[in-house]
Order: sequence, then structure tokens, then C-alpha cells
Amino acid sequence: MQGDAATIAALFAVDPVGLGGVALRSPACDNRDQWLGLLTHLLPAETPLRRVPLNINDTALLGGLDLGATLQAGKPIALKGLLAQANGGVLVLAMAERMSLSSAARFGSVLDTGVVALQRDGLDTMAKASLGLVALDEGANDDEQMPAGLADRLAFRLLMSAQDEDEDGPEWTAQEVLSARECLSQITMDDEAVKALCAAALALGIDSLRASVFAVRVARAAAALAGSNTVEEEHIGVAARLVLAPRATRLPPQAPPELQENESENTNQEAEEPPTEPPPSPAAQSNQVEDQSQSDEPDETPDEDPGLPANLADLVLEAAQAAIPAGLLASLKIGQLQRAKTSTSGSAGALQKNALRGRPVGARKGEPRSGQRINVLETLRAAAPWQRLRQRQVAQTVGQKQRIVVRKEDFHVTRFRQLGQTTTVFVVDASGSSALNRLAEAKGAVELLLADCYVRRDSVAVLAFRGQTAELILPPTRSLARAKRSLAGLPGGGSTPLAHAIDAAMRLADQLRKKGETPIVVLLTDGKGNIALDGKPGRAQAATDALAAAAEMRLKGFSTLLVDTSPQAQDAAKNLAQVMGAQYLALPYAGANTLNQAVRAVASRS
Amino acid sequence: MSLTFPFSAIVGQDDMKMAIMLTAVDPSIGGVLVFGDRGTGKSTAVRALAALLPKMRAVVGCPYGCDPENAKCPDCLAKATAGAKAGTSSKKTSHLVSVPVVDLPLGATEDRVVGALDLERALSQGVKAFEPGLLARANRGYLYIDEVNLLEDHLVDLLIDVAASGENVVEREGLSVRHPARFVLIGSGNPEEGELRPQLLDRFGLSVEVKTPDTLAQRVEVVKRRDAFEQSPQAFTDQWKKEDDRVRRSIVAARKRLPDVVIPDEAREFAAQLCMSLGTDGLRGDLTLVRAARAEAALQGASQIELKHLMRVAPSALRHRLRRNPLDDSGSSTRVERALAELTAPKPESLNR
Repeated sequence: MQGDAATIAALFAVDPVGLGGVALRSPACDNRDQWLGLLTHLLPAETPLRRVPLNINDTALLGGLDLGATLQAGKPIALKGLLAQANGGVLVLAMAERMSLSSAARFGSVLDTGVVALQRDGLDTMAKASLGLVALDEGANDDEQMPAGLADRLAFRLLMSAQDEDEDGPEWTAQEVLSARECLSQITMDDEAVKALCAAALALGIDSLRASVFAVRVARAAAALAGSNTVEEEHIGVAARLVLAPRATRLPPQAPPELQENESENTNQEAEEPPTEPPPSPAAQSNQVEDQSQSDEPDETPDEDPGLPANLADLVLEAAQAAIPAGLLASLKIGQLQRAKTSTSGSAGALQKNALRGRPVGARKGEPRSGQRINVLETLRAAAPWQRLRQRQVAQTVGQKQRIVVRKEDFHVTRFRQLGQTTTVFVVDASGSSALNRLAEAKGAVELLLADCYVRRDSVAVLAFRGQTAELILPPTRSLARAKRSLAGLPGGGSTPLAHAIDAAMRLADQLRKKGETPIVVLLTDGKGNIALDGKPGRAQAATDALAAAAEMRLKGFSTLLVDTSPQAQDAAKNLAQVMGAQYLALPYAGANTLNQAVRAVASRS
Repeated sequence: MSLTFPFSAIVGQDDMKMAIMLTAVDPSIGGVLVFGDRGTGKSTAVRALAALLPKMRAVVGCPYGCDPENAKCPDCLAKATAGAKAGTSSKKTSHLVSVPVVDLPLGATEDRVVGALDLERALSQGVKAFEPGLLARANRGYLYIDEVNLLEDHLVDLLIDVAASGENVVEREGLSVRHPARFVLIGSGNPEEGELRPQLLDRFGLSVEVKTPDTLAQRVEVVKRRDAFEQSPQAFTDQWKKEDDRVRRSIVAARKRLPDVVIPDEAREFAAQLCMSLGTDGLRGDLTLVRAARAEAALQGASQIELKHLMRVAPSALRHRLRRNPLDDSGSSTRVERALAELTAPKPESLNR
């Protein structure tokens, strides 16, 4: 077992409720089972530990009416939900990466409030449910993630794989955990420590304040586990490493603090600025405010409490930094796309509610009109409790007994949900100005996406534009062979009819949407059109037309991604993306693989 | 009942606190929609509201918490007629109760929201009796929906209807009940997890966007207070009681002042102009803006609406009513602020001349 994994199990066992839980990303393997075994062993013996299946229904999760018992007893008998049953213990969520947002919200509200409010089936109860979660996330790649809102409420993120070797690390016994639990509330923590953790969170670009709150609690738990009465430097280090580092969205500023302190305010800013910014990334820019407040920090620390090491904040940061996963910077660009807020576009592959087909997702009250299917079981369930009342009425009016009285208001219809099919429309600039090698990358990305389609049931279309017009060279398809053939034959060179291309993409996307599919438009261009809408050459008119088309495109609210293919990021393309409401991705040296990943990031926002 | 985090101990988030206080001063402003980042204390603020509100007078035993001055629910009316028949005085006994802040939990079923037949009595005695639901409980108070964007469609339809009419109608088992359900709707959520239907959006008078505080000092303060509260809830609540009391007094004072706050014609004109230049749909934005400004003026102790009050509440009152503009990339808040700046900029000049 990895050293940190054991530490996380012990810390979580000390304060399961306060720490929310562990997001355990790992395939189903022995290592994971061992870790769960360790956790069970560390938790006090009588702690309830329940497993929650993925598609658990509300009655089983929150509670509801126990119909059988109710009818037998002649008075309402409530069924205790899994959440209430696990009060004081731990719930293990299976396949958290596939959990729906609404289930995640149910768990989130219980973690926040510590109670399950039940307002179902005529029941009105409030049950205590202070518990911790272990979310088993078996996601294999980046677009399979557990809901962010739930992950945010769990203190730890633990990554495991079947190949992990055993490491010698600290080990804890159930007895140690037990005594740590007892003294947890007496642990003191000074303000400097809180400040250092907050500063580190800021420097690592962690937005949510829950992370800082969890870091403080983990530091406390670590101190309790070590048998210390106060939170010391090493405990803060543990908190930074286990809570903050896995959440980092950027690397902290590089300039060593000693240098800054010797310099005056102004030069300090200048000296710090260049190394702060990794290659032009929007996150770094938007976080400049934070950078500055971070750079103020080391100046303040020594004045307030000379007793503490002046560079506590730096130590914390160092501890966190050492634990930041290796590929962070590489994945940042993709991550930004995933995190980006998309208020303008409908989310891709959106779940469409459909009355008639798809996956059944429960029943709701209503009459079976216009082909909706009645849910007999739910209807009878709804009618059952009222039978005695109705029998009496029927007996009075009709005079004879009926077996079961079902009324209009009992009717329940089955609800269905269907995953909308996503079609990615590639609009490829095949003109001379967009160097021809970009074309090869686009072809590669389309092929890669097609390979995914067998899994995701998406289709791909390709529009190419060069010379005078845009041409649909690959109508929406899932056929790999066909796509490869038509892509191979795509010629390049000529002028750039950008406005035409955007128009054509919009028409195609519109058609797709009318068919009930969710189009994603990926525009690969350098943004330098030189053929106007009327087919005449001229840069100025071409640019105006392109922007007008882009504005119209935005109005339609499609998910769009603009990939800037020029060797250096250009204002022209960036402008176009802004007007279009598209996400902008400058990929001067991207290969087909990166492009594929970026498209999937746009597609898989949820 | 466990203690809730005190309202006045919430760091920053001035817009959110203001919006909530405005509806406490004048519930007719309509609801508040709180949209924002994760972990910013959206639900903390709403849950703190319950402890903050001054108590109200209600008829004893009335399931809808009727105001003794204006008791129009079926229960109170039935009692009144019965009382009149018996010749007793129609004076109702009333008592002070906390203003209800009712949580609409996720997974709530329709029968519990609107009310249904009392299951227990139907089963054991075979009697038809109406059991009021959450809408009845929220009457004269607040209905809070966390993760409002994840609410089931059929519940949304229901709420839209009731929030507009202020009345809940239930027909079940041949029983027909119509009862008052006037409440301030408060919704919170994360826009990344789904958007709201425009019809529901329109039911919210004010909307606020909350962001994670980005200065270190503020963030440290949030974490420290949270920590202090968890370590000893009682002591922390006591510590902030004075501040909470002060807020409560200012709400009570503002309520008293509210009817006397003058609405100058210029204020109405300004509101109308602002709405026109922003192209908001319908008149609701206009009305809400003036009402909110009046409540803000009352809170500030002013005798009439001034420009600064309008400026202060305009983003909250209008932000969610804007149509998307394909040629304007900026967020709704920026657009409201820009329109405000445009409207107010020429004013000093014209005064100088």
C-alpha cells in the first residue's frame, strides 16, 4: 500500500464527518479492496459501512413509504433510507464517475447539513445523517469524472492503480485512531497556520474555499493522530500535500521569496511577473489579482508573529508542490476547457427528456396522454393506501363492493430519458494561408474521434473550405472507412472563404439540431478570411462578413470550439472566437491527439 | 434544532446579503436567485436567514400561519363562521412565531409539496382530511430550493403557477382545497450544472452572483470563522448575536419606514429608461427595480429613493432579465453596469449648466 493511501485512510477514520470523504479513483483491483479493508479496520468496530449502488432510487436512498408494512399495519410505516441508516458511519458509492448530477446533489446536501429531509409519499421527517463518503471512481480517462460538486465536498483525492507497489509508510492502528478521535476537539491551531494553508490554496489556483476548510481540518486530524495537542508544521504539510496538491490548477509563482523581500515593491512585481506566467494561459492572467495578494503574503508574516518560522507559507507551498501530479501543466490547457463556464451554449450530448423512448428513469404522476406509457405498478402503489377510504365511498354510492378502486389521480406514467446524439462538425480551413500541415492534423483528429464513436455513438462531419466556397466533404457519419477515404482525397491551397464556411457550418448544425442531435462545431482556422460572402476577394469585407456570420452563429447557441491554427496566436482568430461565443484554443504545435482531447473536453462538459 | 452559522458572520458577499435583507424588508419584491461558484456559502446564507428574521404574529393553530388581521385561509374562515353561529366573539387568539423558512429538499414528491390527503387518517379511520404540504408551511415566509436547476420539471411548473397566483389549489379524492401560499422563493445553484427555464427565472425578483473571495485576508477570515463555529457553535453564535440583533433591528426599522419612503418621479423615469436601454422583457424588471430601491432606501434610513439606491440594486434586479445579445460578449452584470454608467454620466453636466 502507498504511504499516502494509508495516511488518508487513518485521517479519514479520525474525522469522517468533518472531512466529507475520499474520492478514490482507481480501477476495481486488489489495491482498492485492500484500502477499503484498511479503512474498515481503522474505523471503530460498530461504525455502519454501507455500499450504495449507482442507480439507487430515491425511496431506497432517502426513505419513503413502506407500502407492504403500511397496508398491514393500517398506519403509515416509513422505510428508512440508506442515508439515514448510515448515520455516524461511512457510505461507499459505487461507480461515482457515472453518477448523475441530481444524485450528487442529494449526497452533497446531506454532507452539508448532516440530515436527510424527507418529503415523500405523505411522509414529513427529518433524520440525522452525519456521515462520510468513499466515492469509488473507476473513470478510465479524462472525460469520465465524478460530478465536480460532489468531489468538492470530499477532502481527499486518492489515485490508485492495480500496479501500485507496496511502499513502506507510516501505519496506524485502530487504537491510535480511536484516541485521536477523542482528543480531536481539543487540538489548537494558530492563525498563522490557517493563513499559510489559505495562502497555499490561493497560490495553487484553488478556487473553492471548501479546500481550505478541509485543509484546516486535516491538519487538526493529523495532529490528533500524532498525539500532539497543537497543530505543528508537519501537520500543515500533510494537509497541504493531501488536500491542496491534488486540487492544484496551476503551479505556484516560481520566484524565491527571499529575493522579493530584498527588493522594493515595484521591482518586486516586475521581477515576479515573468516567471509567474507559464506560456500564455488565460488562467494565469485572470489570477493575477491572486498572485499579487500572494506576493504580499511573505511580507506580512514576519511582522505579526516573530515566534513562527517566517516562511511557513512557503514551506506549506513546497510540501504541496512536491505532491502535485507530474502531468499538471500539460493537462492544464485541456482542463481549462473543461472548467470553462459555458452559459451560452447548450451542453453537448445533453440528456433529452423524451416521453416515449430512451432509458426509463422512474415514474411521475400524470395521465397517459399522447402515447405516454402508464406505469401500472406505480399507479397501483399510489392507489393502494386509499383503498379503505374508497371502498367505503363506493359501497355508499354503488352499493356493491369493488375489488380495487383506481382513480384518475393515481395514474403514473413512466418517464424516459435519452442521451442526445452528438455530432461533431469539423470546419477545416484548407486554404493556402492555413499551412497545409494543419490539414494533416485535422484529418488525424477526425480519425481519432471516429474511433471513439463506436464507444460513444457520436458521428462526425467534415466541411472544408478553400477557393470560393465551403464544401461538405464528409456528411455526418460513423463509418471509419468512408471517413478515411473522403479525408484522404481532401486537397489544399487557395484563398479563404471564411464567412462562407461559418455560414455552411451553421446551416449544417441547424439541420442536425432539428433532427434532435446535439451539434458541436469545431472550426480550425487562422481567422484570416480573404473572400467575402459575395465571392469577391478583399480582406476588409471578408473580415466583416465573417464576424457577422460568427455573431449569427452565437445567437444559435451551439457549442463551438475555435482552434487557432496559425503559427503564433492571432488576434484575428481570437476575436472571431469571442464574437462567435466559441471556446478558443491556440494550438500552434498540437498534434492530432491533443486536438482530439480538446474536442472531447468541450463535448464532455457536464 | 442544531445551530446555524450566523448571518452577520458571513464574510463579504455583500450583494447576496443585501438581496436577502431587501426581501425581508419588502417581500413583494419577489424571490432571490443565488447563482455562483462552489463552496461560497450560498446555502449558509439562506439557512442563516431563519434565525435573523423578526417574529411574526399568527393565528393559533392555523396550518397556514395566517395573519390575525387578514385570516383568509379555509381553516380560519370555517372557524370564523362557526364562531359567528355560536355567538362567540370572532376575535382570534394569536401568538408570535418565527417566520417559516422552508427547505424544499431534492427528491420531494408532489404530494408533499402541494399537500395531499392525510394518509394516517385515511388508513386508520377511513376519513378524508387534507394534510397541508410545504407550500402551506411556507406561507408568509420563505421557500428555499437548493440546487434549483436540478429541480424536476413538473415541480418547477407547479411552483411557477403558485408563485404567480399566491394560492395553492389541490384537488384530491373529491376533496378540493384552496389556500393562500404567498412566499418568497429563494433558489441557489451552480450555473454550470444546468440553466433555469426563463419562466422560473422571471419569478425571482432579484438575482445575485456569488464569487469566491479572491483576497487572502478575506479567505483566511472565512476559514477561521467556519473553523471557530465548528469548534464551538454555541460560543460562536453568542459572539455574533449582537451583530445579528443589529441587522434584525435595521430590518424592523426599515419595514416601518417603508410605506413612507417617497418614490420621486425621476426615480421611476430612471428605472424605465434603464430598462429600455437594456431591453428587458416586460414590466416586471421595472417594478422590481423601484420596489427594491425603495426597500434599500428604507434600509439606509433615507426618506426618498435616491440615485444611489437605484444604482445599488439595479444589477440584482435586472441581471437575469436581459436577452442574450449576440454582438455583446460581456456578462449580464457588466451590461447593467455599463447601461448605468451611460445613463448617469451626462447628469452632472446638465446640472452644472
